[in-house]
Amino acid sequence: MTTTTPPLDAAVASPVKTRRGRTSGEIAKKQLSSPWASLAAVVLAALWTLPTFGLLVTSFRPEADIKKSGWWTFFTNPTFSLENYQKVLGGSGSDNLAPYFVNSLVITIPAVLAPILIASLAAYAFAWMDFRGKNFLFVTVFALQVVPIQVTLIPLLSLYVNLGIAGTYWAVWLSHTMFALPLAVFLLHNFMREIPGELIEAARMDGAGHVTIFFKLMLPMLTPALAAFGIYQFLWVWNDLLVALTFAGSSKAVAPMTVALFNLTGTRGSAWQLLSSGAFVSIIVPVLVFVFLQRYFVRGLLAGSVKG
Amino acid sequence: MHLAVTNLSDSGKLLLMVEGLLAFAVVIALILGIATLVERRGGRRVAWLFVLPTLFLLLVGLIYPTLKTIQRSLYDAGGQQFIGVDNYLSIFASSEQLVVLRNTFLWVVVTPFVATAVGLVYAILVDGARGEAFAKSLIFLPMAISFVGASIIWKFVYEYRQASAPQIGLLNQVLVWFGQEPQQFLIKSPMNTFFLIVVMIWIQAGFAMTILSASIKAIPSEITEAARLDGVSAMQMFRFVTLPSIRPSVVVVLTTIAIGCLKVFDIIRTMTGGSFDTSVVANEFYSQSFSAGNPGLGAALAVLLFVLVIPIVIYNIRQMRASEGQ
Repeated sequence: MTTTTPPLDAAVASPVKTRRGRTSGEIAKKQLSSPWASLAAVVLAALWTLPTFGLLVTSFRPEADIKKSGWWTFFTNPTFSLENYQKVLGGSGSDNLAPYFVNSLVITIPAVLAPILIASLAAYAFAWMDFRGKNFLFVTVFALQVVPIQVTLIPLLSLYVNLGIAGTYWAVWLSHTMFALPLAVFLLHNFMREIPGELIEAARMDGAGHVTIFFKLMLPMLTPALAAFGIYQFLWVWNDLLVALTFAGSSKAVAPMTVALFNLTGTRGSAWQLLSSGAFVSIIVPVLVFVFLQRYFVRGLLAGSVKG
Repeated sequence: MHLAVTNLSDSGKLLLMVEGLLAFAVVIALILGIATLVERRGGRRVAWLFVLPTLFLLLVGLIYPTLKTIQRSLYDAGGQQFIGVDNYLSIFASSEQLVVLRNTFLWVVVTPFVATAVGLVYAILVDGARGEAFAKSLIFLPMAISFVGASIIWKFVYEYRQASAPQIGLLNQVLVWFGQEPQQFLIKSPMNTFFLIVVMIWIQAGFAMTILSASIKAIPSEITEAARLDGVSAMQMFRFVTLPSIRPSVVVVLTTIAIGCLKVFDIIRTMTGGSFDTSVVANEFYSQSFSAGNPGLGAALAVLLFVLVIPIVIYNIRQMRASEGQ
């Protein structure tokens, strides 16, 4: 239990070929008469891309055209419009999703930063300090990863109602922070254990306290790990529906994009001009993170895939 | 602090966020300040201050609510009358709930195997090919999209119009091109559950591909070269070299996706709301707790989810350790 780093992490961090020579997959494929293999790959890639592509094309078509013809007719009869995006980003009344986009940001940023800092503190104590009951507590924190958040929702909601913070950002921030901790402590602990003990010993010899070591030594050395977990948590919070639906409600004041889109599918399920453009406004943020921070992104996503 | 938010401007919201972050920073600074003082005085309790915020939040946010939910599951809808395990019995007795269990079973069994198979095949197909990174990112991209976003994307694929009207959903258009009648994919049970499962497969195949691809590339080339010199065929290479070498990763991928499927909520909520016999345990929990007015049954469903997740998680963790030991 002490030094298990998820194996995925090491495996993914080095997608380079092992030494020289071909991998077994390459050999298997080479012998699979290559044209067929390529064709199969292209077909799969097309199947996986077309649904998203179709909705993307739709989001740029005029409302009238969306309703009377399929998106594939765009290529024989191109009609282009930015009106859908203008509506969801600044339109009047219920078409305007911009407030929900702001809510997503306001929810996500603290809900990523808070668990990272709180968990790193605990992870540091579990990795490099001695105290009674340490092993028991660490195992407990680790084991709490199995708790599905559904089990906690209703009692937490009553608690928030009693505290008077139900339906505010506070309820959402706190919940995401709490739910993130078991995984965050576990992962960051594993990363911290990989830092050579001599470094910490040397700093202790120089008279540095734990608080100093934590901020001056640990956090800077752990930046890649913090980034990986941060991106994982960012995605989780940005894409979450259940927590937001339960604790933020549907009001324009607090609810994030996911809740707004969810409500839109319920109340105006055939308003594809809004659904398509709204979905892409929401999707573009994680996709940009994915494109620019792919390495951390994959590491974080894989390292945390057991959570939920 | 403005706890009761009603209608705020964007700048007002950002201000709230800054307030929240400041409040958080103050609490942490306070704890660390005390820790520094304790340490200067040679106190040995400083570690407790480091773990205090985590332990407090876990106690309030996970442990207490879980116990409370277990207790609640033993009471009736109103929460006044103790009814023992009746809520649990009704999950296994009422025909509606049995459909929920059947669907959950389908999700947990079908999704992991199909998603893993697709991911594995694709990983092998593009392994070492030109443009491998780009080809992989196409399959991986759905993982970045929210379940709600993915549901909207697929709802549009399944969109139905009467046969007389032009179709706007791709799948029905394909049917029409082949001379078939358009279908209401999300309404006809039990096939509609499979059409929902497709969405999860679409999302999870990228996860499977990424892990398995890394695992394939980690197979030592000596082994594969030796097998090649022995003149094995492609299928033999896969069957006797690749698959045994990546077995632990395959198990991790299967179990991880299975856990995700047990908890699947967003896709069903967004695409059908659980209607037309598509509900699963996690969705039924939400319906019973928040709209059907039976939080007792909802609590029992949540506990059932918990109980179902535990063995898979334990198995998953064991396999992770085993694969690491290799």
